[in-house]
Amino acid sequence: MSGAPYGSSMNLRDTASLVTGASRGLGRALAEILAAAGSRVVMVAREKAPLEQAAAAIRATGGVAHALVADVGDIHAVHPIAAQAAALVGPIDILVNNASTLGPTPLRLLLDTECEDLSRVLEVNLVGPFRLTKVVAGSMALRGRGLVVNISSDASVEAYPSWGAYSISKAALDHLTRIWAVELAEAGVRFLSIDPGEMNTRMHADAMPEADPTTLADPAKVAARIAALIAAPDLASGARVQAVAS
Amino acid sequence: MTGFERARDDARLLVLEARNGRLHDRAVGDLPELLAPGDLLVLNDAATLPASLRGVTGAGDQVELRLAGPPTGDRWPAVLFGAGDWRTRTEDRAAPPAVAPGERLRFGELVAEVVAVALLSPRLVEVRFDRAGDALWSALYQVGRPVQYAYHDRDLALWTVQTAYAGRPWAVEMPSAGRPLGWRVLGALRRRGIELAWLTHAAGLSSTGDPVLDAALPLPEQYDIPERTAQAVTRARSEGRRVLAVGTTVVRALEGAARQPGGLRAGPGTTALVITEHMRPRVVDGLVTGIHAPGESHYRLLGAFAPAAALAAASRHADRRGYRPHELGDLALVVPSLSVDAGLRPGTPRAMRPEHASTA
Repeated sequence: MSGAPYGSSMNLRDTASLVTGASRGLGRALAEILAAAGSRVVMVAREKAPLEQAAAAIRATGGVAHALVADVGDIHAVHPIAAQAAALVGPIDILVNNASTLGPTPLRLLLDTECEDLSRVLEVNLVGPFRLTKVVAGSMALRGRGLVVNISSDASVEAYPSWGAYSISKAALDHLTRIWAVELAEAGVRFLSIDPGEMNTRMHADAMPEADPTTLADPAKVAARIAALIAAPDLASGARVQAVAS
Repeated sequence: MTGFERARDDARLLVLEARNGRLHDRAVGDLPELLAPGDLLVLNDAATLPASLRGVTGAGDQVELRLAGPPTGDRWPAVLFGAGDWRTRTEDRAAPPAVAPGERLRFGELVAEVVAVALLSPRLVEVRFDRAGDALWSALYQVGRPVQYAYHDRDLALWTVQTAYAGRPWAVEMPSAGRPLGWRVLGALRRRGIELAWLTHAAGLSSTGDPVLDAALPLPEQYDIPERTAQAVTRARSEGRRVLAVGTTVVRALEGAARQPGGLRAGPGTTALVITEHMRPRVVDGLVTGIHAPGESHYRLLGAFAPAAALAAASRHADRRGYRPHELGDLALVVPSLSVDAGLRPGTPRAMRPEHASTA
C-alpha cells in the first residue's frame, strides 16, 4: 500500500488492522467499527467458533474481515499471526493489542496467587503484546507509518485488592507503550495506551460477578470512542488515554 | 554461539571498493558511517514463508514440497524433493517420486493437487491447495517449516529467518542480506541522512537438487515496488545520488523493473532477469550482500558491480579472515568507492560508473 505517512492523524479507509482478542467484547466491537470505517481487519482469538462467527458478521455487512485462531501468549504464534495478517490484508497499519486474561477467577490476593498464574497473565497481557508489536512495528518503522494501541485498564493506576496479577501486567503495558513511543518517535510509528473503562463484557462478569451489567458501558460505544481516538489528530504518541472521561 | 543467536549488527562486514579493489574489515554496525548522506538504501521487506511441507503422495511415498514463490491466482510454483530431510545436502537427496497432473499430495490435513509439471524438470510443479484464504494460510503455518540448510546444526525456527522489518510473507528463503540489520543500525542510517526505501521481492529457492533446474536458477520471481520507492529511486538517480540495494533480490527487482517498457515503475511485476558480469546495471550502484564464493549465482551477480580480479581477491580475503558464508553469515558491501566524491557525485553523469563490464 502506498500513501503519505499518517503524521498525526489517521484516515482509517484503506488501512490494514490487526485486532487481538477479537472474538467477543471490546475486541469484536473494535474490529466491527474499524471494518465499517473501511479498514481491512484481521481478527485474532483462541476460540475458533465465536471468532469465525464475528468475522462472518462483519463480512455480511460488506466489511473485510479475516479470522486467525491463535493464542497471543504463545511465543510460537507470533510470527505466524503477523505474517498471515500481512498476507491477507497487506502490511499492518493499526495493531490493537486487546487480548488479555485476568488469570484464575475468582480473583485472588497476591499472597494466594500462584507464581505460574502470574507468569501466564504476564505472558498474555504484557509479553504477548511486546512480541507481536516487535514483529509488526518493524515493518511500520520502515514504511514510516503505523499505530499500535494497547488496551489498558484503570487497574493499571489504581491498586485494587485481588487484582494484583492483572494490574501489574497493565501497569507494565502502559510503560511499555511509553518506551515504544520514545524509541520509535523518529520512525513515524505512534503508540497509545487506552483505558476503556468498565464495560459489560464477559471478562468484567468473570472479575466482578456481583456487578449490575446495566451500570456498565456498552463495548460498542466504547469501541466507537476508541476508533475516534485512533483517528485523533492531537494525541501524543505514548499517551495514556481514558476512552470514556471519568 | 551460532550466527542467528548473535545480536543482528554483530555480523562482520567486508567492504569492497570496486573502483580500486580496496578491502576493509568492518562490522555491520559501521554501515551508517560507511555510507554517505543522500545515499538511497533499498530493502526487501518480504517475510519468509514456512515453505517446506513434508507429506506423502497418493501411493504413500514420502515427499517434501518446497514452495518456490507466492501463488499466481491459486497456483503455487513448487519443487519436489524425495525422502530424507535437510540434514542431507540438497544435491544428495533422493529424487522425488514421479508425479503427474492430478496427483494429490497430503500434508496432514492439507491437500495439494499437482496441476502442472514443468518440461524443464519433473521436480518443478505447480500445485493447487484444497482451501484458500484464512484457512490456507492457517494450514500453511501449521504444517510448514522454513527451508532448512544442511550446513546448520539444528532446525531453524521461523523467527530466525526473518528480517527486522518483514511484512508480507513472499520469500521462500530468507532475504538474508537484510537479516543482520537491526533497528539500531537502520535508525542510525536515517539519522545520518541515508534514505531508506523498500520493495517486496519473492526471494526464491537457492537449490533444488536437480542440476538442470539448479542451472536455471533463479527462476522468475515476483516483486512489488511501492510508488514511494519508485519515486525515491527516480529522484536519487536524477540528483546523482547513489542507489544501493540490500540483497541480490533488490538488485533483481529494480534492474528487472528498469528493463520493462517505460522503465522503472511502481507496482507488481515478475522478472526473469539473470544478472551476471555481462550486465550493466541501470539503477543500482552497489549492494549489501552475503559472502559469496566463485561458482555461485550470487557471485556472478557481483560481477556486474566489481571487476573479476577485485571479486576474486575479496573472496580470498574473506576466506583467509574467516568470514562466514551462507544465509546466516556475514555481509559484504560492494560500492564503487567509500568516497562519494570519487564515485558518483550530484549531477555527475552515470558514465562515472567504473568501466568493468568487459573485464570478466
